[in-house]
Amino acid sequence: MSDNYNVSASPHVRSRMTTSTIMFLVIIALLPATGYGIYHFGFNSALLVAVSIAACVLTELGYTLLTRQRMTIGDLSAVLTGLLLALNLPPSAPWWMAVIGSVFAILVVKMLFGGLGQNFMNPALAGRCFLVICFTARMTDFTYDGITGATPLALIREGSPVSLSDMFIGKIGGTIGEVSTLALLIGAVFLIIMGIIDFRISLSYLVSFVIFMGLFAGNGWNIEYLAAQLCGGGLMLGAFFMATDYVTSPITKTGRVIFGICCGLLTGVFRVFSSSAEGVSYAIIISNLLVPLIEKMTVPKCFGKGGEN
Amino acid sequence: MKKCFERLYNGLLKENPTFVLMLGMCPTLAVTTSAINGVGMGLTTTAVLIMSNIIISMLRKVIPDGVRIPAFIVVIASFVTITELLLKAYIPSLYDSLGLYIPLIVVNCIILGRAESYASKNNMIYSAFDGLGMGLGFTLGLTCIGIVRELIGNGTVFNFAVMPESYEPLTIFILAPGAFLVLAFLVAIMNAIKLAKGRDTGITGDCDKLCRACPNKGCAGKMTERRNAE
Repeated sequence: MSDNYNVSASPHVRSRMTTSTIMFLVIIALLPATGYGIYHFGFNSALLVAVSIAACVLTELGYTLLTRQRMTIGDLSAVLTGLLLALNLPPSAPWWMAVIGSVFAILVVKMLFGGLGQNFMNPALAGRCFLVICFTARMTDFTYDGITGATPLALIREGSPVSLSDMFIGKIGGTIGEVSTLALLIGAVFLIIMGIIDFRISLSYLVSFVIFMGLFAGNGWNIEYLAAQLCGGGLMLGAFFMATDYVTSPITKTGRVIFGICCGLLTGVFRVFSSSAEGVSYAIIISNLLVPLIEKMTVPKCFGKGGEN
Repeated sequence: MKKCFERLYNGLLKENPTFVLMLGMCPTLAVTTSAINGVGMGLTTTAVLIMSNIIISMLRKVIPDGVRIPAFIVVIASFVTITELLLKAYIPSLYDSLGLYIPLIVVNCIILGRAESYASKNNMIYSAFDGLGMGLGFTLGLTCIGIVRELIGNGTVFNFAVMPESYEPLTIFILAPGAFLVLAFLVAIMNAIKLAKGRDTGITGDCDKLCRACPNKGCAGKMTERRNAE
């Protein structure tokens, strides 16, 4: 008897894709940005990446051992959280800051809410925001080439000229992972081709952000200004790697577009009207909190129903 | 006398307003940026609570049922005003750091809650001890939260530096999010201890069959079942 005639319960369509495969592919996609960051900023950034990955994995391991739960570090999500957190740290940050951020991200935001799949906001971003509030001075101290300088975003805010090509390639100051737009785009294209991330979130995020900046930033539809805003700060990292996190983004297609627009508008609001030049991380975690609401609103109608509201 | 101690124990531990009843969350979260503030707020509330409990208990047969809430509020507000003026005169530093939260004691639900559920039904002595127990329980809760927040967020306890010089405080803990984090962790620890206790010794303590208001989560209704079986 052929396998084709086997009678079995649903689901009938299966995929080899597992959680750890997905996490592994995202990690691969982040390698260009990580590699460039380490090459660009030197030894301390490599140390930060290593320490924060190790701290994330050990925290998760410790928690699962302590509470006698099933070991979950094999799904690589802790590794990814650690990597993303490190990419969000300034290159001059001391190693213990990475540890504090990792412990907060994994223990409080992820494991206490029930582990992967239950966290209500992106753990890496929550860890970053925790650190920004705790150590504001250290988290905004961007040293590049031995000079403590403002990031391009802060320069744009002051009205100083910035070099667009430098920002695209990454010859600027900033956090470890956000500097090179090119490296991030390589990873993003890889993820979209592999079908890991949904272009809807990233695209609606970037488009709504550009429209908002064009309307409200006070510089009109100046292409150079808008391009600099796109390449500057953590926008590319956020739009392709953070906002698209499976757990904290909506499931429905319409919901994803709405979620992206929320992120884009909030990022614009923070960049234009708030006291700091950057707002990607806050925008994404606030939108994360709106996800249950968005999903409730965009539940698709069952087949054969509809019309009657 | 035994009942007086029972009231004290009840307020301090069994029905601790901060960790068990979860009452008075507004001052709990807002003023506990340091241990001193926690103690100050707790003791101020205790003073108001004892006095209002005594007066309300004395007046319980005079106050008509239909207007009891406004009557309670008048009594409580009077004592809060007296306390506020006293603080302003004698402890101006505490008055400054507590600020708006002193007049807000009027609407603290612990005080109105005790007036409604205890003082208006029991005699003066018991009500006074109930107020003392609840007030001290509140003080205990606020001080615990204040100590943890001040220690992590500022590296000091009661303004004494206890952390080494190189310690960099996690500022978030003396800001609003830190209050929620610390409260959540302390309540979780309290519940964990209670659960462990319930598991070790089986069913302990007295039971009034009100499982919903019972702080002994480890019992989970077994006590009532046993009573009913007997």
